[in-house]
Amino acid sequence: MLDTIGAPALEDLYAHLPESVRFAGSLNIPPGRSEYEIIDYFRARGSENIHARANFLGAGVYHHYRPVLVDTVVSRGEFLTSYTPYQAEISQGTLTAIFEFQTMICQLTGMDVANASMYDGSTAVPEAAMMAMRITGRSGIAVARTVHPEYREVLSTYTRHQGISVSEFEYDVQSGQVDLESLDQAMNENTAAVIIQSPNFFGMVENTKLIAEIVHARGALLVFVFSEAVSLGLLEPPRDADIVAGELQSFAIAPSYGGPFAGVLAAKEQYVRQIPGRLVGETKDTNGNRAFCLTLATREQHIRREKATSNICTNQALIALMATVFMAVYGKQGLRELAEQNLAKSHYLGERLWRRFNGPYFNEFVAVTGPRSVEEINGRLQGLQIVGGLPLDRFYPELGNSVLLCCTEMSRRADMDAVAEAFGA
Amino acid sequence: MIRKVRSHPSQNEALLFEMSSPGKVGYQLPPLDVPGVDPAGALGAERVRAEIENFPEVSEVDVIRHFTRLSTWNYAIDLGLYPLGSCTMKYNPRVNEAVARTDGLMWIHPYQSDALAQGALAILAELERVLIEITGMDAVTLQPAAGAHGELTGILLVRAVLEAQGNMRRKVIVPDSAHGTNPSTVHTAGYEVVNVASNDRGMLDVDALERMVDEDVAAIMITNPNTLGVFEENIARVAEIFHAKGALVYMDGANMNALAGISRPGDYGIDLMHLNLHKTFSTPHGGGGPGSGPVAVKKQFEPFLPLPRLRRASSGWSWDYDRPKSIGRVRAFYGNFGVLVRALAYLMAHGGDGLRRATQDALLNANYLRKLLEPHYKIAYNAPSMHECVFSNPSTSAIAKRLIDYGFHPYTVSFPLIVHGAMMIEPTETESKQELDLFADALISIAKECDENPDLVLRAPYSTRTAKVDEVAAARKPILKWKG
Amino acid sequence: MDPENLRYTKEHEWVRVEGDIGIIGITFHAQKELGDIVYVDLPKVGTSTQQGKTVGSVESVKAVSDLYTPVSGEVVEINPLLAESPEILNTDPYGSGWLVKIKLSDPGEAGKLLTAAEYQAYTGTESP
Repeated sequence: MLDTIGAPALEDLYAHLPESVRFAGSLNIPPGRSEYEIIDYFRARGSENIHARANFLGAGVYHHYRPVLVDTVVSRGEFLTSYTPYQAEISQGTLTAIFEFQTMICQLTGMDVANASMYDGSTAVPEAAMMAMRITGRSGIAVARTVHPEYREVLSTYTRHQGISVSEFEYDVQSGQVDLESLDQAMNENTAAVIIQSPNFFGMVENTKLIAEIVHARGALLVFVFSEAVSLGLLEPPRDADIVAGELQSFAIAPSYGGPFAGVLAAKEQYVRQIPGRLVGETKDTNGNRAFCLTLATREQHIRREKATSNICTNQALIALMATVFMAVYGKQGLRELAEQNLAKSHYLGERLWRRFNGPYFNEFVAVTGPRSVEEINGRLQGLQIVGGLPLDRFYPELGNSVLLCCTEMSRRADMDAVAEAFGA
Repeated sequence: MIRKVRSHPSQNEALLFEMSSPGKVGYQLPPLDVPGVDPAGALGAERVRAEIENFPEVSEVDVIRHFTRLSTWNYAIDLGLYPLGSCTMKYNPRVNEAVARTDGLMWIHPYQSDALAQGALAILAELERVLIEITGMDAVTLQPAAGAHGELTGILLVRAVLEAQGNMRRKVIVPDSAHGTNPSTVHTAGYEVVNVASNDRGMLDVDALERMVDEDVAAIMITNPNTLGVFEENIARVAEIFHAKGALVYMDGANMNALAGISRPGDYGIDLMHLNLHKTFSTPHGGGGPGSGPVAVKKQFEPFLPLPRLRRASSGWSWDYDRPKSIGRVRAFYGNFGVLVRALAYLMAHGGDGLRRATQDALLNANYLRKLLEPHYKIAYNAPSMHECVFSNPSTSAIAKRLIDYGFHPYTVSFPLIVHGAMMIEPTETESKQELDLFADALISIAKECDENPDLVLRAPYSTRTAKVDEVAAARKPILKWKG
Repeated sequence: MDPENLRYTKEHEWVRVEGDIGIIGITFHAQKELGDIVYVDLPKVGTSTQQGKTVGSVESVKAVSDLYTPVSGEVVEINPLLAESPEILNTDPYGSGWLVKIKLSDPGEAGKLLTAAEYQAYTGTESP
């Protein structure tokens, strides 16, 4: 091959580079290792993390069962190693699956149109906010303090640089839901969107319909956020929202220390041209057969460049595919039964502990400590190979002696009893 | 003559909603070991949904057949060469998939205390160290979820550093050959985009830049090698020009596959850059994601990096949230950990010498293809190619579609925009001479077809599962979900 | 090809003056460059605008072109057919494919724009 090129040696292929830009040394990286050594290295690292027999952490990342079929499907080379489906004729597999994904997200959320996924729930939130601003022409955002704290941090990072004001509104200390009075005061005539999450970070289910009325009366849009997708199997979807931003990690996406996940961005029909990210549409080929392709690409960065709806290029295709397979496996009945089991498990434990809030909750709730401190409780649980809940004062300094606990279909009765016992309940 | 492929029946497949049957299930949950709870009683009847209308009801067999059939309609790296320019479609090593599924890595929760996540933190620390080594930078953040996300992080860092100096400035210069994410990122970060035309060699116009840089310019976003696959020979000089005016130099690292091991951007004036782990570092494209876009930076940016930062103490690794100057988070949690694991596995498999060899092979393959194709296609710019080459042909779209009949995925069509009818080809190092020869033969054969039978090329492809897809109808009357 | 009774701009728009109303659209050359038009984004009725300002955009599958109004004034009507049938811009750019009607604030403006001959010289096309 070098002969064909006419170069004497490999180094000559970059001999034209000026001296000043060439790195002539050796990188300080150990020599290449064999497959076995690599597997061994990661196995060792894996064992240095506690992988407990039970885990009561939720807070945006949920421990749900992953059907075996999910990895079987996504491990197929044609899905795993294919590129973005720009060439529709040879990507109908990916495109069809995304079309099904978009459909199911609409069915679940009650929205008219959904994109092919965002990076994750946390980045879908600022994208939804910016979308609301483009639509309304206003530049203020009001966000509930009960929206996931890290989602709010990301919102802040994105909005700080674009002259966008973000105000937060409080939660009701009895119910743990949005304080409607505080919401009202956080809004003004410049508010483009109000952002709420349900179930919220405390696990409480919000009065979405009522909040939507308040928000719409002021001419703003309602952005509904979810981080626990399983809840949509049981809870009335946010049909009164204008934009939905959410996280699909619960749908067969392993917690994997925080990523990669897949975000949802869905909206009402009339906002379709303001939606960021990829969209797959149905069409026909020249023989009149149904086919799918990426569409409305003129919203996107590769065409609009600085006027794009977002700088986003990717969608989390493979991760969204995991969620799609999950949704297909569980189906209409299964998602319902799964959600009902989550409800039963969390209420079993919830009834045995002192709860801080009296509102309705799905699979998470805030427990108040009794005789023992949070550290003591989690310490005891760790001794039993159980990871306890999240101490809330990390994010809400006013909520000391409070732990956010999550129970899913994976939580065993015996382990929940152990948690109750550790609380000294 | 088409040598790589021949036709083969491909099965039809309906959508999940069309094959649903009420009562069909593909799951089985164990019975509850606690009492059931009435949803209406616990939540209030108005909060409980009716059934999820039209949601699929299919069996396990239906699911596996459905998705298996769908998969057979895709082209993939596992099937053959993907010559997409600047995408670096190299082989995705399967050992990476195996290690990412290690139990103790897959199931750990990001909020487990640091003491219970030392293995994960050690992985991140090692990856940071290696990426710093490769780029010649001082620090790196692994938080961004994709290349474009890394770009945004980078420009926000530029802004933070300049704001700390008292003046964020207004403009960022972007070459007209840049990837679309560059200008859209600049806009999102609150800066004004100033486009600069490439010179007649397709490279940065140093004189023009010298005239454009003033104290109102915050930075330039450069891709190196540029989107023509050509190394920006004046890059060190450009960096000097910008630094002289207190401006910064951001490098889009999409083409790092031409540099790893033979050139370190931090050595010649690049202030910060992002990497695409799903390009240079072999993590799978997965049909369009997930990716990961770490940002490597010089020392001056370190205090502003997204929080939390990894810190080493006597008791082990921990997350440091005490970062008052940080630009904040760009996403929840720490990064696409599963993707980071795969990238580290790739780096471990290669080692330092292996990385250099991979880069050399990438250059070898690209230049070999260029040599074979130059007699038949017009090279866009006559400068030495690094890991990719760009040809120019008015029929680029048609040729790309005809290439599909020959068994290959098309190259990148009509990008970069500065080339008329661009054909952007990047083979990567994982292609064998046999595959490259087959590819070159195919393109040479198509060139002949363009002369002798242009209509044949214009109406291609013929052998795909669908005939040419009507993208105009899809955009005029968007149908974005199944309605039944 | 390009009607004599219209005036043109270098951004490939045309204007036809009828009394105090200017009717604007895109030229044959513009629609040909864009390809099959899939969507048109038009300003709201009542919008005030200045000559040369962006008032909307025209999209094909792979490209977007901003619309720069050749004349200043207030938008009084937008073409209702384009929402359902954007392809009219391809088939009849000078007739039923008109985009916006503007009540002129400066009636003299249009006369200073390019004539058909000047526009054709600019685009390098032959007169019919």
